[in-house]
Amino acid sequence: MSEAESFKYVGQRTIRPDGFDKVTGRASYGADLALPGMLWGKTLRSPHAHAKILSVDVSAAENHPDVMAVVTFDDFPRLKNESVVAGEGAADILDMARNCLADDKALYHGHAIAAVAARSEKAAKEALSLISVEYEVLRPVLSLSEAMDPEAPILHEDMFTSGYENVPEKPSNIATRAEMKMGDVEEGFRAADLIVEREFKTPTAHQGYIEPHACTAKYDESGQSMIWCCTQGHYDVRTSTSKLLGIKLSNLNVIASEIGGGFGGKTVVYQEPVALALSKKSGRPVKMVMDRSEVFIATGPTSATSLRAKVGAKKDGTITAMEGWIAYEAGAFKGSPMMPGLMTMFTPYDCPNVKVEGFDVVLNKSKVAAYRAPGAPQAEFAAEMVVNEIAEKLGIDPIDIRLKNAAKEGTQTIYGPKMPRVGLIECLEAARESEHYRSAVKEGHGRGLAAGFWFNVGGQSSVCVNLNTDGTGTILEGSPDIGGSRASMQMMAAEVLQISPSLLKPIVANTDSLPYSMTTGGSRTTFATGMAVIEAAESIVAQVKERAAAIWNVTAEQVDYSDGIATNMSGEGRMSLAEVCEMAEKTGGQISASANINAKGAGPSFAVHICDAEVDKETGKVDIRRYTAIQDAGKAIHPSYVEGQLQGGAVQGIGWALNEEYIFDSEGVMENPGFLDYRIPLASDLPMIETVVVEVPNKAHPYGVRGVGESGIIPPLGAVGWAVGDAIGKKVEELPCSPPRILSLIMDN
Amino acid sequence: MTKAHVTTSVNGDPYEFLCEPGETLLTVLRDDLQLTGTKEGCGSGDCGACSVLLNGRLVCSCLVLGVEAEGAEVQTVEGIGNNDSLHVIQEKFLEHAALQCGICTPGLIVSVKALLEENPNPTEEEARYYLAGNLCRCTGYDKIIRAVLDAAQTMKEESAI
Repeated sequence: MSEAESFKYVGQRTIRPDGFDKVTGRASYGADLALPGMLWGKTLRSPHAHAKILSVDVSAAENHPDVMAVVTFDDFPRLKNESVVAGEGAADILDMARNCLADDKALYHGHAIAAVAARSEKAAKEALSLISVEYEVLRPVLSLSEAMDPEAPILHEDMFTSGYENVPEKPSNIATRAEMKMGDVEEGFRAADLIVEREFKTPTAHQGYIEPHACTAKYDESGQSMIWCCTQGHYDVRTSTSKLLGIKLSNLNVIASEIGGGFGGKTVVYQEPVALALSKKSGRPVKMVMDRSEVFIATGPTSATSLRAKVGAKKDGTITAMEGWIAYEAGAFKGSPMMPGLMTMFTPYDCPNVKVEGFDVVLNKSKVAAYRAPGAPQAEFAAEMVVNEIAEKLGIDPIDIRLKNAAKEGTQTIYGPKMPRVGLIECLEAARESEHYRSAVKEGHGRGLAAGFWFNVGGQSSVCVNLNTDGTGTILEGSPDIGGSRASMQMMAAEVLQISPSLLKPIVANTDSLPYSMTTGGSRTTFATGMAVIEAAESIVAQVKERAAAIWNVTAEQVDYSDGIATNMSGEGRMSLAEVCEMAEKTGGQISASANINAKGAGPSFAVHICDAEVDKETGKVDIRRYTAIQDAGKAIHPSYVEGQLQGGAVQGIGWALNEEYIFDSEGVMENPGFLDYRIPLASDLPMIETVVVEVPNKAHPYGVRGVGESGIIPPLGAVGWAVGDAIGKKVEELPCSPPRILSLIMDN
Repeated sequence: MTKAHVTTSVNGDPYEFLCEPGETLLTVLRDDLQLTGTKEGCGSGDCGACSVLLNGRLVCSCLVLGVEAEGAEVQTVEGIGNNDSLHVIQEKFLEHAALQCGICTPGLIVSVKALLEENPNPTEEEARYYLAGNLCRCTGYDKIIRAVLDAAQTMKEESAI
């Protein structure tokens, strides 16, 4: 980008504005708010994975001297099926209610049945044991193959598979069947010299944010109800809670606390409506904080999947056909990320003949939530593994086969539009040039490479920039800051206003203070909210010119504004931004600008990762010895936090590929709901994560930004999976590559 | 249940509190003393978000009882650095962008302080193993380790002056 050199603040490594509070322990997170008279809420959860709830008797709990309120599903107003925006997709409001508090059926181990509010946390816990629930235990459905079997127990008698021409006559656990295709795959496979087809499985994995879900709610019948919570989208918390409890939007103010990680998992409501219902019933503020096991059993995870990928290619590496079959676990209610799985599976490739078929399947596990590039890592894992095998069998370098078939500007995507200008080729070339790829693979190590594609989204963002009389200002934004985005807002506004970023204070506003903004998700915030910040700041510059023009009695066109100084080009006069602000009272009032946009043109971000792994042949333990993450950021506003996204995504993907999985007993009870046994990567598990930030500007953004948050979690599954297989001379078909699984693969002759 | 009366020192300030015998030091700090800088991530000693120093020893405050603070000196993140001068470790965390969401940061700052007091010159591997009890889900640890090694170097240079 030619103007790249002209940036003054964008591209610098500034100190983030919220950093001081975070290194000193002053920042307030979800569990950090206490209010006068506050009660503690606790949730009773189902010990069964599948059971009819015959009765719930809460009278003994209500009679506990310290208990002020008990709620069950019956405390929600009567609800009808209705689709609402929830996080990164749509959800059915009735399903949402039934997930917050079970209706007539417990659908997974940990499903919330009732909640109490008491004067102390201890009393609330005691009171849970006083609630008596009569269950009729049903056979749990715990795997995709079981759930898809026509003879399987049915979770929802009113669920009929959608996506077939004729509506099926019998209810099914398959919520949706979908197909997408272009070209002619049969013809494509006939033209191929080599066809590789394999089946894969990926486990249930959790986002694993370190901060458990937490909220404090205060109901006020006069219209001042409030929820303080850690969420990626406080406007969607307001929408969902308002619908669930029958409150007008203006009567509920949701305040986004600092958020201790989310990765997609904090985009839906769990406790928030329950806490507000308890507050309504008790007349007191109510705080609810999940413990770690509740986080594992009742929130989050992403879909376990069964996958099949079939790829055909000519001897020279030209891919002639790609076909996929994917089944995704949705958990207890419909709505897995199967559709984005279909849309992303083969999208890194410019292949004319593609067909993909997918299934969204309910079973007796907790309802899945978005997880970083939801749906993409699993489907693309299958595709990348098979493309690597094609390359291996044809004796072609894995980068060369990808370069030969790379998606580029004009490539037809399976989901409709043609690919805009993207940076996959540049990422592949950067991979080839990297010190890592040019180094020899060490004796006993394996090397894997994989690419990843994610769309990124834009959407609605609301922003207000206010200047003070001393030339400082505030940037109000509606996007919760999950990983440092306040720093990038500050820098983009500073770039437009040509003043030091430190003069501008970015604030995540309450839902009362700004119009609706979409949830922080889909890698949208720096792109879309950044666009709104730039638009508002440009409006400020226009106002500053007008104010200065009024003082000098010239027209705004005769005023130049650069380096934070307004200059009269047709006479005498220079004023700094601060001086113009100081005189605002005399020139028409204070200077402020809003931008409420619906951002279009989010640019896809491609990633390419290289992994070197070593396997202990006696124990099956895998060590990652070297790792490089390469990704197109369009333009890195704050390079350190872009690198951080690449590194963090890579390591979450490494954890998913190597260790992380839910383990259930035969009754559907999760056996490892803690960080000791659900093993996320530790500092001692990893090498440094090398990064290469590629910048192919996104033309739709004034500074060229592409979202960078999600693509980085996609390639690790294939890069690690292939590296492990390469190290032991076998083909990995199931994740995670945990020691027992790898050991049995080594032993298997 | 009879509550125990505990006299202790937190970050050099004297404190007295009443707590139930089963109450953890973490609960006392957060709910009774309103020192919410110390975070709870798991309550089982696996994540290190609640790391504090008890008589100079690094502990998970979720695994220590409040009554164990009797007569002890407790140091939490609130006692490290202030508005006038951040501790070198805190400065390096900011310079190296060693935090994203920041929930693990207070525990890490305390743990790194303990590490550098025990071993002022850690290798990358020593730092990684010492901090293996502090989970971070955002950063992939790369920038944290760089911040730690840079802080060690800077502290060494400062003490040499």
